[in-house]
Amino acid sequence: MRATRQWYLGRAIRRRRGVVPVNVRLAKPTKNANLCFVTLRNERVRLPFFLSYYRDMGIDHFLIVDNGSDDGSREYLLQQEDVSLWQAKGSYKASRFGMDWLNWLLFRYGTGNWCLTVDPDEFLVYPHCDTRPLKALTQWMDTSRIRSFSAMLLDVYPEGRIGDQPYRPGMNPMEIACWFDPANYMIHKNGQYGNLWIQGGPRARSFFARDPKLAPALNKIPLVRWRRHYAYISSTHMALPRALNIVYDEEGGERISGVLLHAKFLSTFIEKSSEEMVRGEHYADSQEYRAYSAGMEDDMILWTEESRCYEDWRQLQELGLISQGNWA
Amino acid sequence: MSGVVRIGVAFLCHDELQVAADMVRTWHEGGAAVAIHVDRRTAEADYQAMRDKLADLGDIVWVDRQKCDWGMFSMVEATRAAARTLLDRFDDVSHVFVASGSCLPLRPIPELCDYLGRHPEVDFIESVSARDVGWTVGGLNIERFQFYFPFSWRKNRRLFDWTVALQRKLGLKRKMPEGIGPHLGSQWWCLTRATLTRIFDDPQREQLDRFFRWTWIPDESYFQSLCRKHSMRIESRSLTLSSFDDQGKPYNLYGDHADILAGSRCFVARKVWPGAKDLFARFPEDAGPGHRRDEPDPARIERVIGATVARRRLGRPGLYMQSRFPLKDRENGKTAEPYAVLQGFTDLFPTFENWLQSRVDADVHGHLFAPEGAEFAGRPAIGPGGLSPFPESRDYDAFGFLTSLIRISERPQVFQFSPRDSQELNWFMVTDPNARIRVITGAWVVPLMHSDMPFDDIRRIAARLQRIELVQLRVLRSVWVKANVEIWELSDFAARPGAILQRVVRDLNSASGMWPLYDEPPPQRDLEQIGRFLQRLRNAGLKPRLMGDFPATRSEQEWNV
Repeated sequence: MRATRQWYLGRAIRRRRGVVPVNVRLAKPTKNANLCFVTLRNERVRLPFFLSYYRDMGIDHFLIVDNGSDDGSREYLLQQEDVSLWQAKGSYKASRFGMDWLNWLLFRYGTGNWCLTVDPDEFLVYPHCDTRPLKALTQWMDTSRIRSFSAMLLDVYPEGRIGDQPYRPGMNPMEIACWFDPANYMIHKNGQYGNLWIQGGPRARSFFARDPKLAPALNKIPLVRWRRHYAYISSTHMALPRALNIVYDEEGGERISGVLLHAKFLSTFIEKSSEEMVRGEHYADSQEYRAYSAGMEDDMILWTEESRCYEDWRQLQELGLISQGNWA
Repeated sequence: MSGVVRIGVAFLCHDELQVAADMVRTWHEGGAAVAIHVDRRTAEADYQAMRDKLADLGDIVWVDRQKCDWGMFSMVEATRAAARTLLDRFDDVSHVFVASGSCLPLRPIPELCDYLGRHPEVDFIESVSARDVGWTVGGLNIERFQFYFPFSWRKNRRLFDWTVALQRKLGLKRKMPEGIGPHLGSQWWCLTRATLTRIFDDPQREQLDRFFRWTWIPDESYFQSLCRKHSMRIESRSLTLSSFDDQGKPYNLYGDHADILAGSRCFVARKVWPGAKDLFARFPEDAGPGHRRDEPDPARIERVIGATVARRRLGRPGLYMQSRFPLKDRENGKTAEPYAVLQGFTDLFPTFENWLQSRVDADVHGHLFAPEGAEFAGRPAIGPGGLSPFPESRDYDAFGFLTSLIRISERPQVFQFSPRDSQELNWFMVTDPNARIRVITGAWVVPLMHSDMPFDDIRRIAARLQRIELVQLRVLRSVWVKANVEIWELSDFAARPGAILQRVVRDLNSASGMWPLYDEPPPQRDLEQIGRFLQRLRNAGLKPRLMGDFPATRSEQEWNV
């Protein structure tokens, strides 16, 4: 296990030159800050809301890797006071879907801070997030000796066809896509890395119902109090050392957890998925995107009678998707 | 003692000095004298900034700074130094109240003074005998006094554990000093001048210090034990509201707790999160003239905290999710709600599902575990909660499928079962007290009898189903059964179908207490030929073992069937 971890970490460090600093505003190493790490490509439309959502939550600084955007994302990010920007030249796929780049940045800047690693279409929801800033959560986890925070992906989608309502910069994606699947998540324990393997939701039931093993993983551990020897193994689905993955209780109790609202299914998705399929830069030969494309032919609608409309974190806790653990 | 109460606050802090300074100001504005002890390890610059910030206040004193380690005797020394300074410097201080930077006065300080004035000579200090277990959360009890604790639990956990284990092995028992019984309690106490003076002037003091220096967390036992010797009247509770979780760590208070805090009518609460600006802005709060003499009543906030502790320790029954994934038999409830599994009924009564649905307040599904896919009630394209009816999805995580279905549904779930269905959850359901299982053994033979398949195929299928049901019955009759199980042989059931159906429906309605007394049973498949059919199976070499007794021939004609 240690060898695996060192291999992943070593790989990230060896490839550090693939990540070229463009504008690093985070001059000296921080301590006890809440940092946000992102890798993106052509997300100009989503950026305004994304940045403001996490700023309001209390992210102190964003560390963003741009993988060759040509839609103005880069120029936009350069104007932001709290963003440090890097550029990655290489292939997304060859860098293990951006994880080598982020592991390097985490190694270099993350240590001693709470590091949130998300995509531009993922929005963190944690217990009490409507009344307490992220700092309250991370400080509580510090005193409780909790090092990692689980937030599974919760796919949200619109009521009608995906392209019906166009998404414009600055809009809250949840205004368009507020529906989610309440109780069709399939969980298996990964004996090797100790993490739970969660699949399900609208993608599994619409595209992978007859072959659920191939459905995309939803388990994520996006918020970690980073230390130099940590490494993400496969996206943020699992990390090493294994203790970081043990975010669940096995004695019947509940630990704290949240979700990442995954607003992938917006109007922007249609262009994106045809582009991504051509690039072939995604996981497992973009199998997922192939399936979407097939579904898209007849105007994909993910909504069903059983879908629920997102209200707040209490609703998610009631449904058993998240838990406040013992954070009263 | 004079009638006028003046509080002296022994104020201990080590970080977040800006917030602490605001707290000192609050106490001071309420008329209290404050003696401030700042941990020596706090940065000098921060300390000076705090001093500058409070330079305009009159009745505060700065106590010589010492190094304070959590759980070590230095905490007692700091508290004692601050209390002593208060008594020496302010002749009018009648009570000493211990507080920290995260203790927030919820009510105006004069109300607290008035309360103390109305209970003269009472020492508000939680003091629980360590011999009667129960005060500490997840820690040592009487052993705190019997062993030596040279190492800090926070910093040298391994050495700490090792020394405890060693002393336990050696059977070490330190002797308590004469006249002292071991008592424990919250370190946030409020003692009268008289009691404190007697504690400070105790002739045994050096011996006591030597003893307590090596106990564990003496700040939770030193004053608590000594006041038993010196106090006139102990009210064993703290005026500071403070709750602990199952790890013995105090709960933080946030802005969203403001209303329950105000409702608790407690004088002081901790531990306030330093970033909870709305709490600092709101409290102390004067609830109006009618409430000045309210008694503190922390029951409601303790209920909130108690519910959270239970959630952390026991969790919600039948919930399997990203942060609760119990091992087998550690579930604290395998499923969330009662449910029923009916086996054999649909084989006898083709319209059973609809017939039952109109008679019970429950969701009556078909065969949820059928090989062709889950037959949800009404056969929707997507089941409750978004569950996929495809067999591959269902069988990929069958536990999750059943437990999610039960948890997401508002009504109790009833589903049909048979040896044709996936048998994966047999042990799970049988060991689940929420399950009601009703089985008519051998009923699967009835549709076979009526089918027009070649007899060879029928015989093969019958052999397979019988084998499966025999295995299942072994599970249903094991000693591990927790479910409510009833089993009838087909012949028993056929002898009085009406009465048994009645009972099944009644059991499913037990919650509402209503069931139709005289009822039309659903149309039943014809059982006329069953005796002969079973004999044909026997003649083909397959012994039917689950159907009970049906006569092989009832007339000469039957020989020719």
